[in-house]
Amino acid sequence: MKARIPSLIAGRLLIALFTMVVVSFTVFAATAILPGDVVEILLGQAATPEAVAGLRTAMHLDEPALVRFGHWLAGLATGDLGTSYANHLPIAQLIGGRLVSSLKLAGLTALFSVPIALTLGITAAAMRGSIYDRTVSMLTIGVISVPEFMVATSAVLIFAVWLKWLPALSIARDVSTFGELLKIYAMPIMTLSFVISAQMIRMTRAAVIEALQSPYVEMAILKGASPARVVLRHALPNAIGPIVNAVALSLSYLLGGVIIVETIFNYPGIAKLMVDAVATRDLPLIQTCAMIFCLVYLLLTTTADILAILANPRLR
Amino acid sequence: MATIVEIRDLEVEATTDAGRRVEIIRKVGFTIEDDEIVALIGESGSGKSTIALTLMGYTRPGCRISGGSVTVGGKDMVRLSERERQAIRGTDVAYVPQSAAAAFNPASTIMDQVIEVTRIHGLMSDAEARIRAVELFRALSLPEPDTIGDRYPHQVSGGQLQRLSAAMALIGGPKLMIFDEPTTALDVTTQIEVLRAFKAVMKRGGMAGVYVSHDLAVVAQIADRIVVLKAGEIQEIGTTAAILERPQHPYTRELLAAFAPNRAVPATTEAAVHPHPLLELSGVIAGYGRVMSDGMPAVPVVRDVTLSLAAGRNLGIIGESGCGKSTLARVIAGIVPRARGHILFDGKELAADAGARSRDELRKLQIVFQSADTALNPMKSVDEILGRPITFYHGIGGAERQARVDRLLDMVHLPRSLRHRRATELSGGQKQRVNLARALAAEPRLILCDEITSALDTVVAAAIIDLLKELQRELGVSYLFISHDLNTVRAICDEVAVMYKGEKIEQAAPDQLGGPDSHPYSRLLYASVPKLDPTWLDSLDRDPELVKAFGGR
Repeated sequence: MKARIPSLIAGRLLIALFTMVVVSFTVFAATAILPGDVVEILLGQAATPEAVAGLRTAMHLDEPALVRFGHWLAGLATGDLGTSYANHLPIAQLIGGRLVSSLKLAGLTALFSVPIALTLGITAAAMRGSIYDRTVSMLTIGVISVPEFMVATSAVLIFAVWLKWLPALSIARDVSTFGELLKIYAMPIMTLSFVISAQMIRMTRAAVIEALQSPYVEMAILKGASPARVVLRHALPNAIGPIVNAVALSLSYLLGGVIIVETIFNYPGIAKLMVDAVATRDLPLIQTCAMIFCLVYLLLTTTADILAILANPRLR
Repeated sequence: MATIVEIRDLEVEATTDAGRRVEIIRKVGFTIEDDEIVALIGESGSGKSTIALTLMGYTRPGCRISGGSVTVGGKDMVRLSERERQAIRGTDVAYVPQSAAAAFNPASTIMDQVIEVTRIHGLMSDAEARIRAVELFRALSLPEPDTIGDRYPHQVSGGQLQRLSAAMALIGGPKLMIFDEPTTALDVTTQIEVLRAFKAVMKRGGMAGVYVSHDLAVVAQIADRIVVLKAGEIQEIGTTAAILERPQHPYTRELLAAFAPNRAVPATTEAAVHPHPLLELSGVIAGYGRVMSDGMPAVPVVRDVTLSLAAGRNLGIIGESGCGKSTLARVIAGIVPRARGHILFDGKELAADAGARSRDELRKLQIVFQSADTALNPMKSVDEILGRPITFYHGIGGAERQARVDRLLDMVHLPRSLRHRRATELSGGQKQRVNLARALAAEPRLILCDEITSALDTVVAAAIIDLLKELQRELGVSYLFISHDLNTVRAICDEVAVMYKGEKIEQAAPDQLGGPDSHPYSRLLYASVPKLDPTWLDSLDRDPELVKAFGGR
């Protein structure tokens, strides 16, 4: 019995690793068939065929795709992310600061939205059918339906243009006090929270309601337990699996899917970097960004899986 | 002696999904003295559980008490606030649920849940509560009383969980215990131990009790008085002896009559006069899980079963849950392919996999599943459900198909007007009749009946058994009748095979089963079936060696 948990967890990790390899291949293949030619873009229209061929050899672009894939994978594994085609800087250096910024934004958003979403979801489930529950449900559906650029631009219009409370741009250059930090991050965090909370609220509510309909919850009520005890001690521990999965899925969006928010608030994150890289056909940069998104996604979902395994008493 | 419970003019209404209000309990009233056990008996939907739960001021979601009073120990549960009710639940009134397996929270240990009542109400310290719990485990004759509380619910058996749930109810020192069908989900050999434990603690504690059940024989063992319910109304109240011996109300008589179904009349069809084997199994092995290198399943469920069934006769297969009886039916039907052995039908070998059998072989051997709810497609009308096999096996469509559907409905005594209804719009008994008619549509020689009466109320089940007999007289089909209920099997079968842990241990005529020459397990099984006699449980003397060898749950 006891040996099952480590083997299950090891299984999850292996699957994650395997997914990583499959994704890396897909990413490489996808970037390889992108239209346009890097060398021609770099050299401009006046390039001679000899120059094009020369540069191609210098960049190893004349080698078969599989060999290049091997080189790239080996580089990734040893921490060598390659060099940008566009400005010849090491990718690691280009991404470094951007990744930290993105992680900071994602972390703050998670810190802010997860507790609120879980509280709303759990209380809505506990008061199922009440006015409160219906209001929460309606608002979450409303928030899901409004696209994030709409939320973001409205926020800029209201808080930056009309009320003049907050800066419209979020460049974290000259932050010296906590208040300033709050001001800079307030709008991006609010917008992102809107987007990711809705899913978490709905999943939490559904999972807790399902647990509340079980006979052991009725038994707890008949033992004289108060509603709060019934929800927190009996329903919630059995709803953790689906909840952590919903949280992980929502949070994974924070890194890769935030391009609109980063663009509107001019926030120097990694998603924006990737879109810029596509514009310049900077293949190594695109590939690395894609791999980072994949890694974060796998990290989150695998953590959720492992938490769900640990929370299951039948595996203890 | 004083009155602890007084229910007066109780009315409960339920709101349907469509928003309509339905009265499910109508003007119910009775009293309970502080040292007696009163049984609420009735079929599913009679409102017996609903009434029992009102004693704790609780109604299931969608229901509410709309009138009357429920006085427990001088307090009217209907008028109390929710907070005041919480204080009474678990302390003055305690509840033992129908399925302890579902009523224990899978996420915490048994001990935590047993002593939770004392934590909620601040009755005693955790250490004291633990000591008290272990005492109760011992009183309920649970194995390893000192450590069983450290386990999680999935780590103990169903019978043990049921007794643990009684410990959970008793720890608050209640004046009134509510038992809600506490042994219905258990096997008969397990049921006895649980019943005995309940009876002993109730007697010792001098508590009042409410025992909800559909099984008159079980109730006869434990109750002082019986309240007979039907459709939310009281039909009759009386002492246990009076109800059993001098039932006044016709419905009570019907319940008693259904309990002792007619014995099987030896079939007198043409085939029965010259019996030749219709179905023969030899050395059949089957199971689930990975197939090992020697072709055997990783989890063998049916082990080396050999049996035969003569044409026009019926064979019963009995055994407790997990003995492999349902799997055997699936192996014969080819749903679970056998790993070893031979199955001869009408003298010809059947392929292991149903997919490899000819259409005619499939037609001659039909299976009827236990739960008509899941076996019938809820999106299809009765007409489509019955029409499909007619077209599939006989290639008949149009008006002739219509006529055949009508004939099938006549055969199973359903009105022809039901043909356009969906399966979900029928009652449990009607669904099971449609389920049976679906098998009959193929015009089979043999029908495998897998626990087809288990989910039905006694009166409805008895009617289905009568129908099976009638169909046999008219059509000459044979049944392989699988059940855990000895009485049902006896009512229809010429021979009974007993299964235990995947093996067939005996095959005999129903009258010989359980006799002195019978296999020890058959004797134990037979002795464990409750009888209507109220002294049965107390006078029952089971061989402890037998119980140890076979009743190990």
